[in-house]
Amino acid sequence: MSGPQRRPPLVVLEDVTREYPGGVRAVAGVTLAIERGDAVAIVGRSGSGKSSLLNLIGTLDRPTTGRVHIDGCSVADLTDRQLSALRARTIGFVFQQFHLTPGVPISEAVADGLLYAGVGVRDRRRRAAESLQRVGLGHRLHHRPHELSGGEQQRAAIARAVIGNPALLLADEPTGNLDSASGAAVMEVLGQLNDSGTTIVLITHDREVATRLHRQVEIADGVVRADRGVAGVETEVIA
Amino acid sequence: MRSGTVRPGRRLPAPARRSPRPARLGAGDVIRVGAAGLRARRMRVGLSALGITIGIAAMISVVGISASSRADLDRKLARLGTNMLTAAPAKSPDGTVATLPDTAVDMVARIRPVDSVSAIGRIPDVSIYRSEYIPAAETNSIAVYATRLDLPGTIRYTITAGGWLSQPGVRFPTVVLGASAAQSLGIDHLTPQTQVVIGRLRFTVVGILAPAPLAPELDLAAFVGWSTAQRYLGFDGHPTNIYTRVRSESVVAVRGVLGRTIDPAEPYNVRVTRPSDLLVAQAMTDTTFTGLMLGLGAVALLVGGIGVANTMVISVLERRAEIGLRRALGATRGQIRLQFLVESLLLSALGGVGGVLFGILATTGYVATRHWPVYVPPWATLGGFAATVGVGAVAGLYPAMRAARLAPTQALAGM
Repeated sequence: MSGPQRRPPLVVLEDVTREYPGGVRAVAGVTLAIERGDAVAIVGRSGSGKSSLLNLIGTLDRPTTGRVHIDGCSVADLTDRQLSALRARTIGFVFQQFHLTPGVPISEAVADGLLYAGVGVRDRRRRAAESLQRVGLGHRLHHRPHELSGGEQQRAAIARAVIGNPALLLADEPTGNLDSASGAAVMEVLGQLNDSGTTIVLITHDREVATRLHRQVEIADGVVRADRGVAGVETEVIA
Repeated sequence: MRSGTVRPGRRLPAPARRSPRPARLGAGDVIRVGAAGLRARRMRVGLSALGITIGIAAMISVVGISASSRADLDRKLARLGTNMLTAAPAKSPDGTVATLPDTAVDMVARIRPVDSVSAIGRIPDVSIYRSEYIPAAETNSIAVYATRLDLPGTIRYTITAGGWLSQPGVRFPTVVLGASAAQSLGIDHLTPQTQVVIGRLRFTVVGILAPAPLAPELDLAAFVGWSTAQRYLGFDGHPTNIYTRVRSESVVAVRGVLGRTIDPAEPYNVRVTRPSDLLVAQAMTDTTFTGLMLGLGAVALLVGGIGVANTMVISVLERRAEIGLRRALGATRGQIRLQFLVESLLLSALGGVGGVLFGILATTGYVATRHWPVYVPPWATLGGFAATVGVGAVAGLYPAMRAARLAPTQALAGM
């Protein structure tokens, strides 16, 4: 791994496995470190275990064996409550489905991104407007989801994910439901966020999308097959 | 649910620098989140709140109507007084009716706590007709009484037309009609020529009485003066009903001695009653009915509660994605549980407020037709509202637990 640093990597997976009841091994021993400020694509076909990996990185799930460290915290040592707090402050999520409640103005949906971080309602609203401006939706604050295009909805979802300036932004197929123009706009926003310091982990089956990030981790059958772009070095991992 | 302190991570190895601590949701946020869930499903929320509304409205209006009826009775009793006692000859087992001594009124007047006493005497075999041409059989069942002139003071009669009897039959015989009697004879207003026939003699009707709730037997009656009755109608002078007003604190004592005072030789011939007791007893029989209706209201509320539980269970099933999202945004299990519990509480509170309003409205509407005072006891309103909160809590508990138990990955995958 990389040399000595003042702060530990944002995400550290140490020989992580995740087995589901019935003996399905979705993640079969992954070791991975993601530095702060990095932009990583986790690429793989459906069923490769990339979504399970995302759940583990996002602390939505715990590994069967191995260790996961997020921002210096060992996931195994935290209670469910503490994991919730970790997610509230450190991790932002973007999903393929935008998960915007129908009929609720997007500024409110975005403000909900800070609900569980203990921010008062006025602050939440003010920062929601700022966050929407950041993704180029400053003129659509009071629109409802059905009044927006898919790309705009996904950008609103990104605004919700980054409203609290989380260190880590996890995006699960963010362009999966979008046409190429909208998808490009979304990738543009993610790129800007990365430029301003947010670590981005993006899950996709689309190699073309993956190449827009500067590191690509290829997953198949629950293990890392290739890891390109780590400090400019291209490595092929042979399983 | 949420403890104030978080135990530091158990046996922490080196990498864990600190233990993150979930933020507390303010009361405003808790309610805002719960209400947002309801706002998104107005139709369904309205319908399930309606179930609660019907239950609470039924209970409130039943309690309100019976309390208003009770308030009306109290008002009536306050006006009529509960201190009236009546005495009448008892029927002996063989069916003969005793007679009261003609000295009875004077004797009763000598009992110290007696404020006033009056009497009437039934004139047997005499009937009243509108004119001479009415067949004798058509008596309208109107009883003809000889009355002492001080009767209205004791019974607290009010007169709807004309006046009471004055000097007994000075120039021509006069009569006063009870409310029902006047109606039966078709007399609703009086002129100096308004006459009726009693015992083949013409009597001028000088007054019509208002109904007397404490002596309803006198509504279908005609009253002629005591001496007039003796002179023209063959009245024997024995009173058949004695009415007396007694100082309130002595009602029981006087009741005990009234029989012996009226007929010292045969006190068992005198039947003493307190008419206000009858009204109270009548009101009591209504409480059985009230209890039954209250039970029906409770059943409606129960069904409403099941409706709320049903809505909440379905809501949790439908909103797995939302639960997953909230967990991803950092909601703890406790906060998810609280969200759905509060949503359920708000839903049934909504129904409860509607129920209280409709209940009061229904009570007011019904009571207005009866000319009763409107009275919905505060305990019924508060109790009804408390019941909805209880129903909401019970109905929401299971769905809320289910929502909280849902693992975040499961919730997000359930799309």
